[in-house]
Amino acid sequence: MRHLLVQTLREFLRPYKGTVWVVVLLLLVQSIGNLYLPNLNADLINNGVAKGDIGYIWRIGAIMLAISALIIGASIVIAYFSSKVSMSFGRDVRKAVFVSVERFSTRELNKFGAPSLITRNTNDVQQVQMVLFMGLTMMVAAPITGIGAVIMALKTNVRLSGLLLVAVPAMGLLIYWLLRRIVPLFRVMQVRIDRINLVLREQIAGVRVIRAFVKTRYEEERFAGANNELAQTTLSVTRTFAIMFPALTFILNISSIAVIWFGAKLIDTGSMPIGNLTAFLSYIMQILMSVMMAVMMSLMIPRAEASAERIQEVLLTPSSVIETTDPKSPKARKGLIEFKDVEFRYPGAEHPVLSGISFTAKPGVMTAIVGSTGSGKTTLLNLIPRFIDASAGQILMDGIDVRDQSLENVWSEIGFVPQRAFLFGGTIASNLKYGKADASDEELWKALAVAQADEFVKEKEDGLNSPVSQGGTNFSGGQRQRLSIARAIVKQPQIYILDDSFSALDYSTDAKLRVALEEHAKNSTLIVVAQRVSTIMKADQIVVLNNGKIDGIGNHADLMKSCKTYQEIVLSQLSPEEAAS
Amino acid sequence: MSQRRPSPPMGGGPRGGPMGGFGGPPAKSKDFKGSLKRLLKELRGERNILIGVVALITTSVTIGAFGPKLLGRATNYIFYGYLGRKLPAGISKADAVTQLKNTGQNRLAQMLQESGVVPGQGVDFHAIARIIALVTVLYLFSSLFSWIQGYLMAGVTNRTLYRLRRIAEEKIGRLPLSYFDTQSRGDLLSRVTNDIDNIGNSLQQGLAQILNSILTVLSVLAMMLWISPTLALVALIAIPASMFASIFIAKKSQKQFIAQWDWTGKLNGHVEEMHTGHSLVKVFGRRQQAITDFGTLNDALFESSFKAQFISGIIQPVTQLVSNLIYVAIAVLGGYRVATGSMSLGDVQAFIQYSRQFGMPLAQIAGLMNVVQSGVASAERLFELLDAKEEEGDPVSFKEIGRAVGKIEFKDVAFRYTKDQPLLENFNLSVTPGQTVAIVGPTGAGKTTLVNLMMRFYDIWEGSILLDGVDIRDYKRDDLRRQFGMVLQDTWLFSGTMRENIGYGSSTPTDDKVEEAAKAANIDHFLRALPAGYDSLLTDDNSTVSNGERQLLTIARAFMADPAILILDEATSSVDTRTEVLVQQAMAKLRSGRTSFVIAHRLSTIRDADVILVMDKGGLVEQGSHEALMASKGFYYDLYASQFEASIND
Repeated sequence: MRHLLVQTLREFLRPYKGTVWVVVLLLLVQSIGNLYLPNLNADLINNGVAKGDIGYIWRIGAIMLAISALIIGASIVIAYFSSKVSMSFGRDVRKAVFVSVERFSTRELNKFGAPSLITRNTNDVQQVQMVLFMGLTMMVAAPITGIGAVIMALKTNVRLSGLLLVAVPAMGLLIYWLLRRIVPLFRVMQVRIDRINLVLREQIAGVRVIRAFVKTRYEEERFAGANNELAQTTLSVTRTFAIMFPALTFILNISSIAVIWFGAKLIDTGSMPIGNLTAFLSYIMQILMSVMMAVMMSLMIPRAEASAERIQEVLLTPSSVIETTDPKSPKARKGLIEFKDVEFRYPGAEHPVLSGISFTAKPGVMTAIVGSTGSGKTTLLNLIPRFIDASAGQILMDGIDVRDQSLENVWSEIGFVPQRAFLFGGTIASNLKYGKADASDEELWKALAVAQADEFVKEKEDGLNSPVSQGGTNFSGGQRQRLSIARAIVKQPQIYILDDSFSALDYSTDAKLRVALEEHAKNSTLIVVAQRVSTIMKADQIVVLNNGKIDGIGNHADLMKSCKTYQEIVLSQLSPEEAAS
Repeated sequence: MSQRRPSPPMGGGPRGGPMGGFGGPPAKSKDFKGSLKRLLKELRGERNILIGVVALITTSVTIGAFGPKLLGRATNYIFYGYLGRKLPAGISKADAVTQLKNTGQNRLAQMLQESGVVPGQGVDFHAIARIIALVTVLYLFSSLFSWIQGYLMAGVTNRTLYRLRRIAEEKIGRLPLSYFDTQSRGDLLSRVTNDIDNIGNSLQQGLAQILNSILTVLSVLAMMLWISPTLALVALIAIPASMFASIFIAKKSQKQFIAQWDWTGKLNGHVEEMHTGHSLVKVFGRRQQAITDFGTLNDALFESSFKAQFISGIIQPVTQLVSNLIYVAIAVLGGYRVATGSMSLGDVQAFIQYSRQFGMPLAQIAGLMNVVQSGVASAERLFELLDAKEEEGDPVSFKEIGRAVGKIEFKDVAFRYTKDQPLLENFNLSVTPGQTVAIVGPTGAGKTTLVNLMMRFYDIWEGSILLDGVDIRDYKRDDLRRQFGMVLQDTWLFSGTMRENIGYGSSTPTDDKVEEAAKAANIDHFLRALPAGYDSLLTDDNSTVSNGERQLLTIARAFMADPAILILDEATSSVDTRTEVLVQQAMAKLRSGRTSFVIAHRLSTIRDADVILVMDKGGLVEQGSHEALMASKGFYYDLYASQFEASIND
């Protein structure tokens, strides 16, 4: 477990090895300088002050000044390089994670979920970056200073150094005890923070329902419960923390006092020159500070460890859709899609989502796919652009298996409109041009007309240049869908794949769009998944799915006679007379 | 010892200040003084404790400040003993001084003259013991008070945050619907979560710490002046210089931190977009562009974060430099003065210790400025929310209503959301109890507006809406809303148990009633099949419960409410056919005997309705029964007939 953090650091710091060593070297210089200064001070007192030698005092003073300058210079350079290295690290890891995710298939993406991937690329990387930065500046300095100070202390006076045997464990134990109490409390606090945020999010999202059912008081009580719990935990945490610093200071101070007392004894018997007392005080301070720093740093390690694990999870997950190294291209791009005995099963699942799927979608033909939710419709569509790969069988595009073609080639054939319409931040024009960057305004308007979207775009003040917020939330559901369809149309693909893309439209718009699209794309292949029978009825070919298998293929009239599943679906929406017309 | 106080990481690292920038958004407040004043007012209830805290901090810092001086005295005794041992016993100090003068060691003689050396005698351990005992007690109390103060402060912050959260949540319950529809919900959520947390951070870290740091600096300065005004001059010049330098650098780094925060937001936005639209990015051939764009933002983030970190990282070395310069200056000058007898060694010792105590508090003050600024900015945002206009209160004299009969009338109603977009004008409607009203029309036609108006989520501009012959504004809002039951397209359920969610519909839910409602809504079987049955928890995602099942749960909830008037939105395109049948049946059952307003999508519903309201672009276009409307061959006819419109190719 512990290894992932180290592994991540090692892997991504490799290009900066040289800089890291420079930083370590400078930290060494800095620490040695800091350790030497008290020594010089002792010297100053012993040989300067005690002997009344003014000249000596000045000389030593000058040396101390020089060393101070050296230390400061080192500090600045350290700040520069440690910032650079840790931020570069962060940048490199973020890039690696992003590129990894871009290679994912839909399956890997869904396994993690988009929100989790976003957090991993931001919060988790930041955690590790923070630890690296603090580590470079502090965690290297602490042991060097600590050990160096111990050596100097011993050099100064071995007997007095015996105090360390008491002070260091005392400090160590105190911090250990505090951490043992705090760390689990932190976890609980996080859970409670998440809970309270969840409740607030719900209350804001469901405000209509809450008011309609007159549940404002109920919600206040629900919130109060979460608020109380959070307050309790937070209080425990902050109160425990409040002990830490005063107690540590007390230990430090008592140690100073002890040094003075026992030091006095040694000086009295002549076993130690007086100047060394001051030096010793400095050393003991430095040792105890290093202990404190080191232990506090270890607070951060578990969190960074967890973050490193989450990062590596992404980096080490291979994509389940692998691109071929020897791509073939079909002789002609017509848009013919053939499914040959296709099966899709999640690894380890008992039942496949799809099995034995065979049908052909020809250009100039509208193929509608129907079936109840969970019957595998979206999965079927996702197999064509290789968002996921089939576990058995073949999918041919223009006669060649899609897995034998390059992904870019496969994608260039397809105009895809997903179930949930998603627009990118920018303008209407930038969205429409998403598949064809050099499309002219004329082409854009033409596509909008087909998608029944030209009217509302014309009505907008900025027309094609109207701003689109991220996700397209400044448009209604129906408008988003129509723009998504227009986007696909602009691309002029050979194959249109529309996943329940008319659901937010009313019947009238739905019908007009279907007619316009069929006319515009009369030489392309249309594959449509729909819930509305009125949309499906007109298709040239209807594929009926039930529990992942094909229950029937044909046109409306044929299926009404022969396919029970189809009958059910139709009659749940239309009366028998309407179904017959 | 300098009072460096680590605080519990509430999101950032263990240190704010010079290392910081990650804790919260480095926002700038519009009215710093005003918001700070108001924030402090919020603490008024804790006034007595805060006075105690201030007293404790002052005492703790002050008595702690004496420590080094007293220990300096102990050092003197040691020094005197050290020198004493060097001199032969028996002679008096005066003689020893004369002796030294005779041998030309004037400086040494001078030092000896001023000191308390007794020739021949060693270290006076009694004196030292007394001092040490006193100092130990002082340090003990200093630490004790410091702890108590921290303990109390934790309580103050905690209670304040608890209260702020409660007030904010209660405020949310009083805001008008228009607030939620027009303001960003994410922003609202941020104010009651992130901003309150940030205020907590500032209170916890900022308040006591600033006082502590300032007092430390002042007390140390005082002690230094007491010991030696001349040496203190060195400090007096260098300290302000150091402070200005660190504040100056902090400001420069602040600019970079803001840029860093900015780029982080942009980068995260890009990542979020690319991952949410993952499939689209691929299938439209935009993968490489996504990576390139990411690289550009990533590099910009690197630049600003590197600069921010580096510049703020200089603060420490700079203050350290000043501290070291003082150290050396004092060591030399002090050493000189001791050698010439004008200052005792112990005093120099103490002075050196004091001078080392400056660095930390000064650097901290610079960092804490940012923390406080950030906290006040968050407080400002919170106060903006608390000052927002609330939903109108209930009428002073209201009409009582038990259970409505269900007669609804709209009389010459006019309404619009914004002045420049007309919606309803001269709208009239009369619904008798038990009737079903189907509302149809293209998207954006204003169908949900009728719902908003009946429930008084929004108030009409002209005309009146009557329930059982009484203007709805004459009822208490809660009483009015209790008459309605809603089943909307957006199936809002909360993170409780199934039972709690269904029971939400009633103010007195019992287990029996819940099960009855579930049965009526065709969801009883599904619930019993769950591992924990009715007590199963509803999770945030759709893993255990499908969209269709969520719909059934909301229908069960409406059954619980047993309302006189029902509002149904039929949009259920994402439901599979099996569940679709169940939902239809349940909705039909729910509707029987109640006045219903149905935003209809199913032809069967529309056809069977008593009245059909055909809306378009916010206005009522046609009204009547299915047969009547079909006969008039108007808008409705067009809409309906397009179902089976022969395609041009046929």
